[in-house]
Amino acid sequence: MDTCKCSTQIRNLTVRKHDGVILHDVSFDVHHGEILALIGRNGAGKTTLLKALLGRIPYTGTVVFHNSKGEQISNPRIGYVPQNLVFDRSMPVTVGDMLCSNMGGMPVWLGHKKEKLNQARKLLATVGGNPSLLNKRIGSLSGGEMQRVLLAFALDPKPDLLLLDEPVSAVDRRGIEVFYDLVTSMRAEHQMPIILVSHDLSHVEKYATRAVLLDRTVLVSGSVREVMKTPEVREAFGLKLTGGVK
Amino acid sequence: MMSTVYYLIDTFLPFEWTEFSYMKNALLAVLLITPLFGLVGTMIVNNKMSFFSDALGHSALTGIAIGVLMGIDNYLISMMGFALLFALCISAVMDSGTSSADTIIGVFSSTGLALGIVLLSASGGFAKYSGYLIGDILTVQPEEIGMLAGILVAVTVIWCLFFNRLLLTSINADLAASKGINTRFVEKLFVVIVAAIVTVSIKWVGVLIINSLLVLPAASARNLAKGMRSYHLIAIAISLFSGVSGLIVSYYTGTAAGGTIVLIAAVIFFFSYFLNRARANN
Repeated sequence: MDTCKCSTQIRNLTVRKHDGVILHDVSFDVHHGEILALIGRNGAGKTTLLKALLGRIPYTGTVVFHNSKGEQISNPRIGYVPQNLVFDRSMPVTVGDMLCSNMGGMPVWLGHKKEKLNQARKLLATVGGNPSLLNKRIGSLSGGEMQRVLLAFALDPKPDLLLLDEPVSAVDRRGIEVFYDLVTSMRAEHQMPIILVSHDLSHVEKYATRAVLLDRTVLVSGSVREVMKTPEVREAFGLKLTGGVK
Repeated sequence: MMSTVYYLIDTFLPFEWTEFSYMKNALLAVLLITPLFGLVGTMIVNNKMSFFSDALGHSALTGIAIGVLMGIDNYLISMMGFALLFALCISAVMDSGTSSADTIIGVFSSTGLALGIVLLSASGGFAKYSGYLIGDILTVQPEEIGMLAGILVAVTVIWCLFFNRLLLTSINADLAASKGINTRFVEKLFVVIVAAIVTVSIKWVGVLIINSLLVLPAASARNLAKGMRSYHLIAIAISLFSGVSGLIVSYYTGTAAGGTIVLIAAVIFFFSYFLNRARANN
């Protein structure tokens, strides 16, 4: 595992929209086995940065991916777990349909091959999902179930970078803790670099290894402990008034 | 080739309505078009594009007008060309994100319709072309049936190769993009397929009702289906059933085939709607 060199380097990433600058000159690295927490106030550009990394919005600057051998890869596989997946809940798509359609081969409207279904079942098991979820419509899943399915979806094929947007609205507190336990165990097992957008400093302190405070650009970055002590973070989260992080 | 097919129809369907060769041709056309509509309709409904396919139907009038002005005998070429241009324009304006999708489509739809009416009425009276509004499936020619079969095969092949990507893009484009799917390409490909099948069949189904045939079977299937497989199977089955039964009913009642087919599909929709409601309440 120590020989793994996969990493993502972000250099001078700038996003402009309608003459306004949303992100300016963002640079940082995330290496294998790291959970890098991206923190900042609402509208700081966290989600924009994730979308830029996904190639969904135009940006200037460079994002370079390296695989486990340290070679540069041009077509990186990115696992993406959105905070709240926006989709048509009445669509007749089962979890099995969704997972199998990502595995290539037979089009899911013709049905599923047994091996593919088994593969999907295994995938669900790695994120602690019940195999019975396979036949459920994705629109009928609870927030916590959906988060697991999305995580399973993100993990196959094994990504070069995992982007997690913290589930806040759809999942209860207990569900969030289960989610983070999963992420932490995946980090130990797969050693892939993880960028985590979080809105909760206590989660960041508990689970992340490094942190980046974003407000249109990188204000502070470093180890979680260092970043938490900086006046910028204390100001951004209004900690001066409440007396600090518990 | 056709005589063998006619012979088979005579042997297996020895009814009064199959005696005439125009009815045989119409039956064959229905057997080819309706599964196609059921298949493609599933994703039109999933992608909330029913208004879009309607606009494409309207654009066909302008396509015909362009054909008339250019002196082309076969309007199919000008219709297809214009519909493709039209579809890609709508899609490009939608990508720019300046107005909401329904507004943009509404603007294009009315423009396509109005331009068609103006151009056609200028070149010698609109009445001559009013047949395109409701279409006539009984005018299908044997050589056109061959073309329909070709399109059915082509779309089925595309549906086999690209469906998984189409589905993921339709669930959520960001999620699909994270898997390296070129969502723009997939969306454009789908738009081109819809434009192609709408223009090819407009002559027989008509500008006014073509969209109902694309949307109704899939909309009914959505009320009943559990997953993608049953969604497709049910949509195709409903589409085929309403097509064939509508054709037969229209023969005996002397009504327009297109309208009769749509009415049957609509009845099935309401039936599926109430079935779904009843199931949800239990």
